Amino acid sequence: MSVHINEFPGIYAKEEDFAEGKILYTVWYPKLHYAWDAGVAIGRYLAELKEGRIIGRKCRKCRRIMVPPRMFCEHCFRPTDEWVYLKDTGTVLTFSICYVTWDMVRVKEPQIPAVIQIDGASKGMGIMHLLGEVEPGKVHVGMRVKAVWKPPEEREGAITDILYFKPLE
Amino acid sequence: MPRVAIVGAGMTKFVRRAQETAKELAWEAASMALESCEMTLDDIDCVVLGSAPDAFDAVHMKSEYLSDGAGAWGKPYIRCYVGGGTGVFAVIQGWYHVASGVFDTCLVVCEEKMSSCMPHPQGAFLTIFDHTTERPLGPNLLWIFALEMNAYMNRYGLRKEDIAYVTVKNRRNAADHPCALLGDPNITVQDVLNSEVLAWPVQRLDVSPISDGAVAIVLAAEHVARRVTNKPVWIEGVGWALDTAYWTNRDLSYPVYVEEAARMAYKMAGIKEPRKEIHIVEPYDPFDYKELHHLEGLLLADRGKAPEDAARGRFDRDKESEPDWLPSSPSGGLLGVGNPIAAAGLMKVAEIFWQLRGEAGKRQVPGNPKRGLAQAWGDLMQVGTVVILGI
Repeated sequence: MSVHINEFPGIYAKEEDFAEGKILYTVWYPKLHYAWDAGVAIGRYLAELKEGRIIGRKCRKCRRIMVPPRMFCEHCFRPTDEWVYLKDTGTVLTFSICYVTWDMVRVKEPQIPAVIQIDGASKGMGIMHLLGEVEPGKVHVGMRVKAVWKPPEEREGAITDILYFKPLE
Repeated sequence: MPRVAIVGAGMTKFVRRAQETAKELAWEAASMALESCEMTLDDIDCVVLGSAPDAFDAVHMKSEYLSDGAGAWGKPYIRCYVGGGTGVFAVIQGWYHVASGVFDTCLVVCEEKMSSCMPHPQGAFLTIFDHTTERPLGPNLLWIFALEMNAYMNRYGLRKEDIAYVTVKNRRNAADHPCALLGDPNITVQDVLNSEVLAWPVQRLDVSPISDGAVAIVLAAEHVARRVTNKPVWIEGVGWALDTAYWTNRDLSYPVYVEEAARMAYKMAGIKEPRKEIHIVEPYDPFDYKELHHLEGLLLADRGKAPEDAARGRFDRDKESEPDWLPSSPSGGLLGVGNPIAAAGLMKVAEIFWQLRGEAGKRQVPGNPKRGLAQAWGDLMQVGTVVILGI
């Protein structure tokens, strides 16, 4: 762009070139499976979700009550001190209304992901989850919401034991 | 500490799907950069490569795979990767190789081939979400941008039309870039507002395209730089910073980590009043709101005011008469030129290099700019990387 360069390399491969076999390629389907250990803090978090409760963790130095819980405080860089039960209600900090899947296929019923500040945790302490039982157009920042849980017998100790959060009113 | 200059640059076209392999793209950019300053690989002491996750290419240790194309064979060589921040961080890493006094020259190459990942590179991106607390919810990558954009809009009461002008400006600028994927001289704000809603508030034209491409630059210590060229472009300041990965615990409306990176770079460059002392800027713009968000984080606009600054033309390439005029993304940015992750960040640095040398052709910013800043951003909305260049 230099003004001294007249021709830039890079060949734009068109979809039809592949379809017509003008450009050759190889395809591979990886077979990968992972099993992630939940760890100490999130292990307890999941166990409490199975009981229908949200738990956080407190650092006595900065006094933050944190969710998701963690065994160390990343601000103070010291161990956290105690478990604190939180409420299953909260406030929408931000949200989106999503009409596409990850591979860009359109969906009829939008998903509504949100960051929800959990009551009982410190200000700004949110988790990502979904909103439900609400008109997409009615969702707003600051909206009060409450967790809708799976029936106890169907819970498995996962973040999805909360189906979604619905408006509190 | 030796002064370090950029003395040469090269790049490939940014395209949706390149026929060339990743290695071939890297070679094209690297050899062009060397040629541009009449150097050969024998003149290069070490090589830095920037490229995004191995999962894009499904090649283990992509750095080794790309090493031949990057001219790294038989040389001290390292790959860096800090998500979208990589393209600017690679320059910082090359800078400290030379500034340390250990090496006189360094070739910095950034390559990305996103098209190999089928059906969509989002499949590889999804692994940024926490595997236990987030991924079971079935997220897609757009969510975090949509959540951040909405937090930004809500905090300052911004409307979509206030933000859409960034896409218009950048795609119009890109129309003058010979490597651009999406240059469009006639695009309007209404086109952006009418585009398909993906994850509200994000619409199709708020987003930069998936791309393939490569960019390379040559760094040299002062005694070499002065021999190689009569127009060295000095690296005057660098900065980088990271915020916590607990992204749902942060205030998403302001990029604190960008401010921290910028303050580090301003201090090193001896800049006290960035708005007066920075003449052109290439902030990272994978989404239109990100350019505004970053201009605020870089302290180049008041918080929440960047959208109205953009609307009045303060960031346009040719509105010299605007008060506090500051051309932003004169290249066309990621929104216009394309977004092959690591290569896109280095493209921004290369643009400042060409602009300061007065070699940007139809994109040349008037008024002989003397100092410019390039910034990139990445990971889980948490890393900021900044380079300040001057002549």
